[in-house]
Order: sequence, then structure tokens, then C-alpha cells
Amino acid sequence: MAVGKEIRTKISSIGSTQKITSAMEMVAASKMRKAQDRMQAGKPYAQHIRSVASHIALSNSEVQHAYMEQREIKRVGYIIVSSDRGLCGGLNINTFKAAIRSMKEWSDQGVEVDLALIGGKAQGFFNSVGGNVIASTRDLGDAPHIEDLIGAVKTMLDAYDEQRLDRIYLVSNKFVNTMTQQPEVEQILPLPPAEDEAMQKAHWDYIYEPDDANELLTELLGRFIESQVYQAVVENLACEQAARMIAMKNATENAGDLIEELQLIYNKARQAAITQELSEIVSGAAAVS
Amino acid sequence: MAMTVHCDIVSAEEEIFSGLVEVVSATGTSGELGIYPGHSPLLTKLVPGPVRITLAGGEQQIFYASGGFLEVQSRTVSILADTAVRADDVDEAAALEAQKLAEQELAQKSSDVNYTKAAAQLAEAAAQLRTVQEIRKKMR
Repeated sequence: MAVGKEIRTKISSIGSTQKITSAMEMVAASKMRKAQDRMQAGKPYAQHIRSVASHIALSNSEVQHAYMEQREIKRVGYIIVSSDRGLCGGLNINTFKAAIRSMKEWSDQGVEVDLALIGGKAQGFFNSVGGNVIASTRDLGDAPHIEDLIGAVKTMLDAYDEQRLDRIYLVSNKFVNTMTQQPEVEQILPLPPAEDEAMQKAHWDYIYEPDDANELLTELLGRFIESQVYQAVVENLACEQAARMIAMKNATENAGDLIEELQLIYNKARQAAITQELSEIVSGAAAVS
Repeated sequence: MAMTVHCDIVSAEEEIFSGLVEVVSATGTSGELGIYPGHSPLLTKLVPGPVRITLAGGEQQIFYASGGFLEVQSRTVSILADTAVRADDVDEAAALEAQKLAEQELAQKSSDVNYTKAAAQLAEAAAQLRTVQEIRKKMR
């Protein structure tokens, strides 16, 4: 029977799409768990080195390290973390929106903006939108290594050292829970001082060993920035998998709804064809007799 | 009860230890350090070696850190290790093997790049062995 051939093909093609999306959902769910573990494992180190760095920023030190000194702002840098692959809902677009909003505030004041991009999606986006990209890295995989990020981070730090940049921001997604990911713009250089009042009032300084504090601080703060960027990348990965899981879940559900609707239309069309045929036979028989 | 200070030992991969301790001793770039409660703020780099802590009860624990940073604040001591493990987990056989390998490479002195790398590996393996031996001593 030739009735509703197009509808049947449509239904089966949606059916195979649904199979793909539901498989992707399951893959994302298992990858998300691993990414979350990785994120949790790195958290204590990132938090401790952050608190040490903010202590350093609060200390009444004789040495003024370049990473702590607030300069007049002529040019700012953004490190933007995105995913390598798509099909993860509005995750990347939300990050880029947050970044662009913050960048616009600076460009309204006549400050120029440089970008370091992590992840393929950011490259694609800022290539078409435009922006002064000075470093980028991509294809980090599911288990990113610090070594893969060092290049991009180093470019930014060097630019900061040579006073080509006066402030550096890090834009990435924060993992709130599986349903919610929050894009955030964070200042990483110069070090934002901690809001610990007791410490601000007290007049104290570290004993540095070896005595050359500058060298020690350069190394420690370099490590701090790397760890912050690494943590952001790992967290963004967990966000990506969570967002993909939700997006694919919705896609699977939508495909189910669509199939149901089409099935109804198909059944109706088939029934109508049968009824019509019957009435034709009956009226034909009536005409003969 | 003896005075205690809060100590955190974290490595890039995980949190190794967190709790109240009486003494922390570690090896900094300028020598051995023993930190008691009330120490003035201090910041130093660590060289590969054992980190010993004495818990509030007097029990001793030994960890191995392959370098990193040590920060002392009035109420906390933080050790940010590159990699750290509980000393019980240090594999003595593997450390010995690594030491032998590094010594061989050093003896050959094939190229300068390898030389510095081998020297670093040797120092690390030796530090791991020191940690293991220290535990042995304690158990006797």
C-alpha cells in the first residue's frame, strides 16, 4: 500500500537519530562522572595554592612582585576556555556572551583586548566575530594535561611581564550541578587581594627561603596561574559533558514526541485510505446491482 | 595537651593529609625545617624528600613529596607538593631500580640534556629510598 510512504521514511529516520542521541547521552553521562572526579581531585590543590597566593598579596612585603602591582590599564588579556566539540547546548555561547560583555566594558573605555583561546569552539567563534588572538590551543581530549596548556598561559604571562598586558582575566564555566553551569569571568593577574580583614590589618611578612623572594614568588605564582587555568579547563570539561548529557536527553525526548505525532498522522492517513477504498467498493457494488 | 597547628598536605592530584599536628618537618632548599605551632610566617620551596608529621597524640606519619612549596601561617601549615604519597605506598624496589638506571645514565654522560634529567631522577629516587629507610627505622 502506497499510503504515507513519506511519513514512514520520516519516522524511521527520526528513529535512527533518536538512537544516536540516546547513545550520546549515555556516553556523556559516563564521561561526566569521570570528568567530575578529575575536577574534585584537583580542587584541594587549587584552593590551597589560591589561599597561599592571596596571603602573599596581603603580606606587607618589601619585595613588590610584578604579579601583585596594580598598573594603569592600557591593555587587558582574556583567557577563554571552551569545549572542543559542539552538541552541548548553549554552554559555549553563554561563555562567549559573558566574555564579550566584559570585553565591551573595557573597549568602551578605550582599552584594547587580547585573547588566548583554549578549545576549538572558541577559535571558531572568535575567528568569525573577530578579536586579537595572541595564543590558542585545542584538541585537549578528555584528560587534559598541564603541559598542553602551558604554551598559551606562558604567552599571556610573558605579555604581562613585558607590560604589554596590564590585567588578565580567565573566562570559564563553573560546575554548579548537572543541570546548571555558570559562566564566570575571573581576574587572575594582578592577584586580587583576599577579603580577610584581620590579615589586612596585621603588619606581617613571610620569611623567605632562599632569601631571593622574587625568584620564589615568580615560581610559586607561575604555578598558581597554571593550576588555576588547569582547574578551569577540567571544570569546563565536566560542564561540557553535563551540558551535552542534558542536551542529548532533551533531543531524545523530542524525537520520541515527534515520532508519536507522526505515527498518529500516519495511522489517520492509512485509516482514511481504507475507508475511502471501502466506500468506493460499496458504491461500485451498489451501482452494478 | 601539647599545642597543635593545622596542617594540610595536598598534591596536584589529591588531598593527602589534613588535620592537627604537633610538629611538621620537611626539607627546604636551604635545609631541614622543623615547624612547631606558633612559627612565624614562612614560604619556601621543597626539595624531594620525606615529610614527617607528629599527630596530636604523638603518633608519627611519614609522607614523600617530590618537591613543591611549604607555607607557614600562624594557624596553618600548607604543603603544596608536586606529587606526594603516603610513605607506605613508596615502592622500594621501583625506587632502587630508578636509582640504578639514573646512575647508569649519569655514568655514560651521553648528552647534556639527559645528564640534567638523570641527575634529577637520581635525586628523586634517592629521596624516596631515604623515606623508606626512615620508616624502617621507626618500625624497629
